[in-house]
Amino acid sequence: MTALTLGAAITAGLARALETDDRVLLLGEDIGTLGGVFRVTDGLQKRFGAERVIDAPLAEAGIVGTAVGLALRGYRPVVEIQFDGFVYPAFDQIVCQVAKLHYRTNGRVRMPMVIRIPWAGGVGAAEHHSESPEAYFVHTPGLRVVAPSTPQDAYVMLRQAVASDDPVVFFEPKRLYHSQGEVDPDGDLADAPPMHLARVAREGTDATVVTYGAMVRTALDAALAAEDEGLSLEVVDLRSLSPIDMNTVAASVRKTGRVVVAHEAARTAGIGAELVASITEQCFEYLEAPPLRVTGHDIPYPPAKLEKHHVPDLDRILFAVDRVVEPGTAPSAASAAAIEGGVR
Amino acid sequence: MTMTYTHASPEHGAPERADDVDDVARILQPDGTRVSDPALDRWISDLPPHELRALHRDMVLTRRLDTEGVALQRQGQLALWAPCRGQEAVQVATAHALAAGDLVFPSYREHGVLLARGARPADFVLAWRGEEHSAYDHAALGVAPVQIIIGAQALHATGWAMGAQRDRSTDVAVAYFGDGATSQGDVNEAMVFASSFRAPVVFVCSNNQWAISEPVTVQARHPIAGRAPGFGIPSMRVDGNDALACLAAMRWALDHARRGEGPAFIEAVTYRLGPHTTSDDPTRYRDADEVERWSRRDPLARLEAYLRDAGVLDDSGLAEVARAADAFAAEVRAACIGAVTRDPASVFDHVYAEPHAPLERQRAEYVDYLDGFSR
Ligand SMILES: Cc1ncc(C[n+]2csc(CCOP(=O)(O)OP(=O)(O)O)c2C)c(N)n1
Repeated sequence: MTALTLGAAITAGLARALETDDRVLLLGEDIGTLGGVFRVTDGLQKRFGAERVIDAPLAEAGIVGTAVGLALRGYRPVVEIQFDGFVYPAFDQIVCQVAKLHYRTNGRVRMPMVIRIPWAGGVGAAEHHSESPEAYFVHTPGLRVVAPSTPQDAYVMLRQAVASDDPVVFFEPKRLYHSQGEVDPDGDLADAPPMHLARVAREGTDATVVTYGAMVRTALDAALAAEDEGLSLEVVDLRSLSPIDMNTVAASVRKTGRVVVAHEAARTAGIGAELVASITEQCFEYLEAPPLRVTGHDIPYPPAKLEKHHVPDLDRILFAVDRVVEPGTAPSAASAAAIEGGVR
Repeated sequence: MTMTYTHASPEHGAPERADDVDDVARILQPDGTRVSDPALDRWISDLPPHELRALHRDMVLTRRLDTEGVALQRQGQLALWAPCRGQEAVQVATAHALAAGDLVFPSYREHGVLLARGARPADFVLAWRGEEHSAYDHAALGVAPVQIIIGAQALHATGWAMGAQRDRSTDVAVAYFGDGATSQGDVNEAMVFASSFRAPVVFVCSNNQWAISEPVTVQARHPIAGRAPGFGIPSMRVDGNDALACLAAMRWALDHARRGEGPAFIEAVTYRLGPHTTSDDPTRYRDADEVERWSRRDPLARLEAYLRDAGVLDDSGLAEVARAADAFAAEVRAACIGAVTRDPASVFDHVYAEPHAPLERQRAEYVDYLDGFSR
């Protein structure tokens, strides 16, 4: 085991993928000499050459569209979209082409492509640099969509994504890039949990918080704060957003009887809506309270100075937890105290 | 008259390269000496001294603004800044050629264009500070909202120009973008629309040699100005550090568009002396020699040398401009530091132009939630 940041774990995963399969290619803006704006591809061009780690022209549709052709030719392209907000120019290629080619060709064509996207907010960035577009991709059959939240998962899931014969949209929670954790770089991929499975990040008995990406951290912090109030929260880290591992989610909800779903993407038709609907279908008779969502508002991502009013924090999660634990009540004095100074 | 960027014929030897920075039209040599270029001369033969001084002054103010922007970022007052040092000539001189009714469609780096169009101090800093998105009064300023999505503004400019054409006005749209942007579909599609509909739009490509870490050769093999003729758009490739050449080229392009001849394209060959943004580390991808070489082609020093020589500017004139620049920088600083963050509930403002009940409910819930902390 080695201590790595989440960013460095992805770098290590990319290096391992390039090493083990010479059909793997990286393609993206500034990924060569610069090592990417987040330095995730740092050193890879030097090590593997400009033929395999390719600085692409500044054109996202071009990057993904040519990756389709490379995949048709037998390569396994891993493309980097520089920031979440810049994936939209490539949206047509991803949803019309990448997602559908396998289906359209009755399985003759495979799209073993990974689309890496530094993702979501909370880092004080400029406009278009903090988007949470995951629901668009989750709504598109044919794509797998994953979002690791720990360095170990980032390392393993990246390699699993590269090895997958399906196209994978790989969301990298940029506010966790510098968070550290233990990574086992030599673990056998075959022993790792498959990337479509959710993970119970913390066990608890009173209520379940289901979330993913950087919000897993926030949920774990909320669980710690809740513990002081004598509340035991279970935290489920989805890891995969498409498909969603409802078995793990439902098992947790059946155990606790109460659930809060949290994400920073806007609420309407977000992943939370999907989860709450599925939970209601699958766990109806176990529910002690209506499932609640804690999400970003239905607004474009606000300017940086106001983002703390958009991205759900520990306080907003606790507020919802209180409402599922005691339906119809205001936040308890204890949780209000725990969050003092937090919101404003 | 149309003017087309011509490719070197085979007998001229090696094919032209996108990064051949000397294959440009210019009328001010790097040392400020005035030379003649028939294609450019006629457009600036009438320039009176006060216009030359105004051009110089705006370039000095732009440089000072840039220094202040970087300083404010380093002091934690701005989240980010995109330096424009070295690009003052193309930004300011092309903007000086505009008429009041023209609309500029800028990228995030065009501080000198905004300045020349009369932006207020706060207009330069509120977005970079994270207080607003692109909230200046674009109609009053004649500058569309700053664009961060690379190349998108080229299409907007073209559409606006199509509207101006329908209105039988002489207004021209101007899209500014970098060399990297020319790889985007949007810029190429804009040229298709502009050409097919003969829209009065001028495309100004500030080729500053780099798109973050990617040299222009990743975007283009041949000079970028050479592309436009393929779309049926006449183009010019000028020295972007030569303010007079930039002004002349812009007057040519605007005249072409205003006369109903359709779009025109300018590639201004310049250089970004600073980092891409204050979060960038250019030492990772370019060497100090290159920066040093370009420093010797400084657009401001070049214009100053010429104006002194021509007797348009002297020491006291320069000192006065320097004082004005300091005063302007102080106003920018005050606007930045004095900025007041909006009320939290304002994140719900302006999502829609017409009331939207579910969103109003979200707002009410959130305000109630916030109020819970003070109860
Ligand atoms: C669609 C899109 N992709 C990527 C980016 C990230 N990005 C911001 S600036 C930039 C380089 C732009 O280079 P260029 O067009 O030459 O303009 P310059 O910044 O040099 O003025 C990139 C890749 C973006 N803003 N928009």
